[in-house]
Formats: sequence, C-alpha cells, structure tokens
Amino acid sequence: MADLSVDFCGIKSPNPFWLASAPPTNTGAQIMRAFDAGWGGAVWKTLGNPIVNVSSRFGGIDYGSTRMMGLNNIELITDRPLDVNLREITEVKKRYPKHVVIASLMVETKDEWREIIQKAEDAGADGLELNFGCPHGMCERGMGSAVGNEPKVLEEIARWAVSFAKTPVIIKLTPNVSDIVEPGEAVLRSGAHAISLINTIKSIMGVDLERMIPLPRVGKYSTNGGYCGPAVKPIALHLLSQLTRHPTIKALPMSGIGGIGTWRDAAEFIALGATTVQVCTAVMHYGYRIVEDMIEGLSDFLDDRGMKSVNELRGLAIGQYQEWGDLDLSFRVVADVNEEKCIGCQLCYVACMDGAHQCIHLPGRTEAEARKAGHLHLPAHVPERAVKAVALANAGQLGPRAVPGTRIPFVDEDECIGCNLCSLVCPVAGCITMKELDSGKPVETWNDRIQKGTNLVPGGLDATERARRF
Amino acid sequence: MDSHSSMNLRLPPGRLEERFHEKKPLYDEHEALTEANRCLYCVDAPCVTACPTKIDVPTFIHKVATGNVRGAARTILTENLLGESCGQVCPVETLCAGACVYNAWERPPIQIGRLQHYAVTTAIANKPDLFELAPETGKTVALVGAGPASIAAAGWLALRGHRAVVFEKKTIPGGLNTLGIAPYKMKGDAALKEIAWVLGLAKGRIELRLGVDVVAGAAGAEEVSAAALLADYDAVFLGLGLGADSAMGVPGEDGEGVVGATAFIERLKADPALTLDGVQRAIVVGGGNTALDAVHELASLGVAATMVYRRSEAKMPGYAHELAAARVDGAGLVEDRAPIEVVRASGKLVALRVAPAKDGKPVGGAAPEDLPADLVIVAIGQNRATQIAQAFAGVALDPKGRVVVDPATHRTGNAKVWSGGDCVNGGKEVVNAVAEAKVAVLAIHSTLMGAN
Ligand SMILES: Cc1cc2nc3c(=O)[nH]c(=O)nc-3n(C[C@H](O)[C@H](O)[C@H](O)COP(=O)(O)OP(=O)(O)OC[C@H]3O[C@@H](n4cnc5c(N)ncnc54)[C@H](O)[C@@H]3O)c2cc1C
Ligand SMILES: Cc1cc2nc3c(=O)[nH]c(=O)nc-3n(C[C@H](O)[C@H](O)[C@H](O)COP(=O)(O)O)c2cc1C
Ligand code: SF4
Ligand code: SF4
Ligand code: SF4
Repeated sequence: MADLSVDFCGIKSPNPFWLASAPPTNTGAQIMRAFDAGWGGAVWKTLGNPIVNVSSRFGGIDYGSTRMMGLNNIELITDRPLDVNLREITEVKKRYPKHVVIASLMVETKDEWREIIQKAEDAGADGLELNFGCPHGMCERGMGSAVGNEPKVLEEIARWAVSFAKTPVIIKLTPNVSDIVEPGEAVLRSGAHAISLINTIKSIMGVDLERMIPLPRVGKYSTNGGYCGPAVKPIALHLLSQLTRHPTIKALPMSGIGGIGTWRDAAEFIALGATTVQVCTAVMHYGYRIVEDMIEGLSDFLDDRGMKSVNELRGLAIGQYQEWGDLDLSFRVVADVNEEKCIGCQLCYVACMDGAHQCIHLPGRTEAEARKAGHLHLPAHVPERAVKAVALANAGQLGPRAVPGTRIPFVDEDECIGCNLCSLVCPVAGCITMKELDSGKPVETWNDRIQKGTNLVPGGLDATERARRF
Repeated sequence: MDSHSSMNLRLPPGRLEERFHEKKPLYDEHEALTEANRCLYCVDAPCVTACPTKIDVPTFIHKVATGNVRGAARTILTENLLGESCGQVCPVETLCAGACVYNAWERPPIQIGRLQHYAVTTAIANKPDLFELAPETGKTVALVGAGPASIAAAGWLALRGHRAVVFEKKTIPGGLNTLGIAPYKMKGDAALKEIAWVLGLAKGRIELRLGVDVVAGAAGAEEVSAAALLADYDAVFLGLGLGADSAMGVPGEDGEGVVGATAFIERLKADPALTLDGVQRAIVVGGGNTALDAVHELASLGVAATMVYRRSEAKMPGYAHELAAARVDGAGLVEDRAPIEVVRASGKLVALRVAPAKDGKPVGGAAPEDLPADLVIVAIGQNRATQIAQAFAGVALDPKGRVVVDPATHRTGNAKVWSGGDCVNGGKEVVNAVAEAKVAVLAIHSTLMGAN
C-alpha cells in the first residue's frame, strides 16, 4: 500500500485528507470522531471575536434528482466561546497527537491577531490558517474576503501573523477576485508558509417565488452567501493551478479545497499541485465516513500506477496545463457512435443539430428530408451499418426490443469538428467515443503561426473558403 | 330518465369493488419528480409513436420535472382528453412504455402511465379549468352511448364551441371505463369523476341523458329513434361499444351460477347487491383480457379461481403481463380444454364439464372431466350491439359487425354520422376509443364550420 503521509510546510499528516474549517469542525467531539473515521487533519471552525449566527443559514441547489449539487451558507465564524474551543483543541491534540489540528483565525486589529495566535498555539494547534476568504458577513466588517480582495492589506496582516507565530501560517484565499495571482504574490511577499484555497464563492441560491425573497430566507430578507460543493470544483481546480504553475508562488505548499468528495477529486487536486486537500460540503452531506473510500481509492490508484507515495503524484498534471496559444491546431478527433450500445434516444442528434455543427445524421432520410431537418451539408459517405439498418427496418426484420436502425444516428466525419458535445449528452456509457484521426499535418500552435507571421487563420485559408460557400 | 349537464356522480356504497387496492396508486410529488427525472427527454421519441393518441410524452414529463404540472396536464389532455383514465388503465407495457428506449438499455422503462395520472389528477385538483372554450357555434351534436369514445368527443366538441347531447341507455355513464375496468387499476368513481370534470370544463354545453336507449323506432318515453336524431341534430356520433357477453352454447348454460364476464364485472363494480357468499370455486372460460381480469378479480377476493382456455398459454390473446400478474394473486390456468356442458344437480350448478382440446377444438373420443365450480364466468367475447347503427340510413357494418368508417375522418356512409371506439375497432382499449373520437371531432368540426 502506497504511503499517504505528507509533510505540509513542516506539519506531518498521516494522510492528505483534512476537514475544512466549517460545521464539521465545530467541536472537539466532532473532530475526534472524524479522526477515528480516518481523517488526517482538521482545520477548526474559524475562531475570532464573539458573533451571532442567523437562522436559517444554508441554501442548496439540486440538479434533477441529485440533491445539493451546490450549497451556500450565510454562517459566520464560530459562535462558541473562544476558551471552550481552545480547551477542546488541547484535549484533541492530547488524545490524537499524530493528527493535525489547524486553528483557523479571523480577527481585526494587530493586537487581536497577536493575542489569538498566541492562544491558539498555547492550546496546541499545529498551525494557523488565516481566514481571508469568508465572502459574507465578516467582509462587511473589513475581515474575511475583504482582506483576501486587497493584496496590500492581506500582505500586512499576514506579516503580523508570521512575526507572532511559532507554527506555520497558512493563508486561505477567496475565489472572489479577478486574478488569483495577485493575492498569491502577496502571500509570498508576506513570508507566510502556505496557501489554502478556495473559500466559498459569492452567491444567491435562488428566489422563493411565493414570497419574493431570495434564498436562504431569514425572516423577511435574505443576503448573499458563500457557494461550495460539487459545482465549484472546476473553479477551484483552475484557481489552484493558476498558483501551482506560477514560477514563484508554486514554491508554497497548497491545500486544495472546493467540491472534493471522492478519492478521484482528491487525486485531481494533488495532480494539479495540492499537498493536502480539505473537505466541507461532502461531509456535511454524507458524514465523516466518506474518508474511507478516499483513503482506499487513492492508495489503490497509487499502487496501480506503481507510485510508492502520494508525493509522487503531486503536480504531475501541471505541465499539461498550457495557454490556448500553445495547443496543437492539427490535432483532430471525431465522434464515433457504437451502434451496439446506442439506445436510439437521439439526444446526440438534437444536441449536434441545435447546439453544434449539424453533422450527426439519421439514416434512411432522403436529401430533401435531411435539408428540411436543417442539415446544411450532406454526408459524402453513409456508413454501411446505417444502410443495412434501414434495409432491416424496412423489411420489418427487427426483434421486439431492438432499436430500429433508423434511430441510430451516424456521424459525418468530414464535417464533425470534434467538439465532444454529443459524447457529453449521450446517456449510455461508452456509446459515443471521440476517436483520434491522423490529420496528416505536423504539430502547429497558434503561437507558432504568430511567430511565423504567416497564415493566422485557424484551420487555414481553405477553411474560411469552405465556410463561405454555405 | 335523468338529465345532467354537470353533477356529482357517485356509485352507491357497499360494492365488492371497494375491497380492492390500487396496484399503481397516485404518485406523490417526490415520487413523480424522481421518475420524471429519469426520462431522457428523447427526440422524436418512440413512446410518442406508440401512444394511440400521440401524447407528446417527453414534453409532458419534462414539464413534470420542472414543476410545471399544469402545463404537463395540458400537453396530455390536448391529445387525450381522458388522459387521467388512460394513465391508469392503458396497458402501457404494450404501448408507450413498451417502446421506451430504456428497454433496449435493459433497464425498467419510464412509468409513463403513472406520471400521466399524477400530472392530470394533480393539475385538475388545483384548477379544473385547464382550457378556454371557443365561442358558441350554435351547432349541436348527438352522441349515442356515454362510453369513453362519446365522452371524449363531447368534451372536444364543447371546447370547439358546439353543444353536445349524449344518450346513454344505462343509468351510469362511462361505458366500460366506469363498469369494466379491473378495480385494482381504477375504480368506477374515478371514471365518474373524470366525466364530471369534462362536464365542468364544457360549462353546460354537454347534456347527459341517462337511461335513454337509441332505437330504430322509438316506442317508449325512454327511447329515442335514429330518425329523430338525424332530424334534430347537426351531426351524430355513434360510440356504441360492444354488446352483451357471448354465450358458450352448451347444455345447462342457462340458469343461476353461469354469468357473462362483463355483466359480472359490472355488478362487482357498481351493484352493492352482488355478494360472493358461498362461492368457493370459480371457473372463467376464455383466454382474452376480459377473462384474465375476471379471474384476477375473483382470485383477489379470495375465491379459488381458474381460467379454462381451449388453446395453449402461448396462443392466449390476453397480455402475458396480465397473466403473470393474475398468477401472482393466485389465479390458475387450465390449457387446452373446451367446455362441453354445465353440470347441474337439481338446477344448482356443480361443475363445468370440459373435454381435452387441440387447436381450440374438442378432441373426439377423449375422456371429459368435471371441474367443480360454484360460479362459471363466460368470457369468450361480446356480441355486437351495432345493429342499431344500421337504423341510420347509409351506415354499414362489416361482416364482423363493426361500423364501417373512413379511417381518415371516421365518417360513416351517412354524411351526417361519425363513429369511433369499440364499435368500430372491434374492441381495443380506452385510448383507442379516445384517439378515434379525436379524428372524428376534427372532421365533424370542419364539416359543421362549412369547410366541407
Ligand atoms: C372487462 C374489461 C376490461 C377492460 N379493461 C381495460 C383496461 O384495463 N384498459 C383499457 O384501456 N381498456 C380496457 N377495456 C376496454 C375499454 O373499456 C373499451 O375499449 C372502451 O371502454 C371502449 O369505449 P367505447 O366508448 O367505444 O365503448 P363502451 O365503453 O362500451 O361504451 C359504449 C356505451 O354505449 C352505450 N350504448 C350502446 N348502445 C346504445 C344505444 N343504442 N343507446 C344508448 N346507449 C347505448 C352502452 O351502454 C355503453 O355505455 C376493458 C374492457 C372490458 C370488457
Ligand atoms: C456552512 C459553512 C460554513 C463555513 N464556515 C467557514 C469558516 O468558518 N471558515 C472558513 O475558513 N471557511 C468556512 N467555510 C468554507 C469551507 O471551509 C470551504 O472552504 C468551502 O466550503 C469549499 O469546500 P467544499 O466545496 O468542500 O465545501 C464554510 C463553509 C460552509 C458550507
Ligand atoms: S445519444 Fe447516444 S444512445 Fe442516444 S442516439 Fe445518440 S449515440 Fe445513441
Ligand atoms: S422513450 Fe422513455 S426515456 Fe425517451 S422520452 Fe419516452 S419515456 Fe422518456
Ligand atoms: S394515453 Fe396511454 S398509451 Fe398514451 S401515453 Fe398515456 S398511458 Fe401511454
């Protein structure tokens, strides 16, 4: 079994799986149950000056029958007394010395920062995470994402913290910025030891159309909250890799957060450069028990790949994230329908007709029918399979459960631009694949063309010429 | 004679039907959403083609999934005004759901009927007036029979601005949809509720005359003649259905204990006086869907019920899924046996004598056997009640007794007379009756409005 233990700026963790600072890390009793379940570390629910939370506080967004594709909250930092939290930190560290406890902190003045850092370290925290990310409630008071949004302020507070702290200082960033590199560079300048990202995204979850109040509702009103859960993972992956491929920021260890719920999600964050990952929504949805799959799945994956340690996985995908201008314009894929698997729903057909390039055809149509349906070009070649299927259907030689061949679409490979859309909508796994075609052209990027200063039209002048004909 | 334009139709209490539970009860909202979200929203979907009324299934299911239940009901009812019944009584396994692409995927098909039932019932309960009425045209159509064909036709005619007068010889409207459907699919009161909804929708434009027989030459007060309808109305629609149960034609058949299947089911559904006291063993003769329903209903009521069919199971005209369901509830089947006599002891039924049969015919010389029974239900088909159609000059019957129509318009040989439902198709499903009524209404409307 591969070694899952990691060293995060000097903090040793039995595995890369940490709980993010949120309701799952509200109390010591919870965190101890989480450690028993297998979590390697926990970032304590943010500590700070006393606040009051509202009721209700969460909103969810469903997709079809899948609940909570995204979650939002208008909760502030912990509403438990500081000394109770500190006592519990001590207790947890005493009982679980090998597990990681990070104190998440958010206060306002320099003196407050000095005081709370000292208290957290005295209580036994292995490190500090400065919450510069909370996008609601606290930022209006000049804290949370108000700091994360302002690189200068961020840098200054981070410097204070570094000067007061004896343990590593992690800066938790907000995604609510136009360029994540700016706060990333500020962290680097401040001397802080690591970055965690992302905190939640500013959001309104919906509108109660009966009451005309946005969601979640607090009495007669609502407010914007922070969005997280599976829906935000692509955003988090992008922001993480903006930092891990940056020439200087990449030196800092990263804790990846946002939409992680499975070992596969975690592996993706690690492949894009994260050392640890943090989880909130998935645990709020399914409980601490999900970590068992994360540990098992990740270590089996590493074993299969012949990797001895999770550290070997870290960053493997970063180099393959390039600018658009460095992509090979000669690379070509086309859609391929597997007629054995096709169930004839024709979702690929309508997606291509209305949302792509009208190159998926239904067998057995006359030219007039195809044109009436909206095809602008007719396939030069109709696959043998489609011809046979139509003949079979016409002869009435189909079994009762067979998909009539006339319902199984085929792709005009000459016209298919390889956009992937049909393969994304097809409900049947493995039915539409994108097969690679040899374009017969050498690798050439947009940047190559600019350098040559010659032909700047993607696809060549003949492509524009062809487009003009229709 | 009762005359109704809108009413609170209900069957009397104390009927055997009330003992049955629905096998597919109305979905609650969450069940409906979960099932609706499974639907792939196919393009040119095969389920639509398979529905005789061509309901746009993916569109209505998509609307259920978005919470637009009223829109879903409109999509359904536009094509099938009796969509609430059909959602419960359609043999979906052989229609829409049987064509669902999930079958080819080897996964359970979408429960289209249940979603349809949910959408219509829920929408109507919230706001019954789902459609606006066209202005009055001043035309009136007479409809003979108050089965699904006529009820659907009357509703659509009213929406298009015409008045409709429905003549029904029974005192309960709805035809076999009220009095024939197996109670575990739908109860009679549900069919009556749907009729009341259609009457409400029509805002007084439909008049229901119950207990009035349309006959060749009227004699009594509860009779109306064909000639009078032709003279008094702008058009006539014949929704006659089929006739009384056919008899076996074997010795001993007449007398207590032997009863036709639709007559028996009608009493089970509507007559509180019917009991099964003293009936331990019952035999149902036949192999069609009516026989299957009868044996299934008896078995569900705790009677040891067996079907006797003159051919093999493989050749049964009844649906395989209905046979399987009847067996689950304890019904038996004896294949390749033909009834030759009803055995009685001092008039009282004791057994049905059957002979081994091959290809449906008794085998000569083979020893008969007596199957003991306290009740024999005869389900070998219905006679044609279509003779009355010929009283309308020009209307013809085919050799099988079916009313002859032009399939494109459902117009008969008499330019003023249209027809649809079981009397035309020889006995299919409620959904076919509605589909045919729809064709007829379009043709009647364009004729009355002078397009033709
Ligand atoms: C036992 C049984 C179970 C069935 N189960 C199902 C099922 O589960 N699902 C399904 O879809 N279909 C089922 N059917 C079939 C379905 O009920 C019929 O196809 C449908 O009712 C046909 O409608 P209709 O309007 O053509 O005729 P009917 O429903 O037969 O209605 C005809 C009406 O006309 C009246 N009438 C006839 N002649 C005259 C006259 N001269 N004057 C006045 N009134 C007259 C009759 O009294 C009757 O009320 C079943 C049928 C039977 C017998
Ligand atoms: C209810 C709730 C409360 C949160 N409270 C805090 C907090 O106090 N401090 C903090 O740094 N982040 C807080 N977060 C943000 C999470 O730590 C995490 O960054 C974010 O939810 C993204 O991860 P996820 O997609 O796994 O949920 C909170 C999130 C939620 C849902
Ligand atoms: S989406 Fe997939 S299953 Fe549906 S028709 Fe296209 S290839 Fe076949
Ligand atoms: S075929 Fe099945 S999945 Fe497709 S639209 Fe019809 S019910 Fe939905
Ligand atoms: S009317 Fe019947 S066949 Fe048509 S869609 Fe509804 S349930 Fe299916």
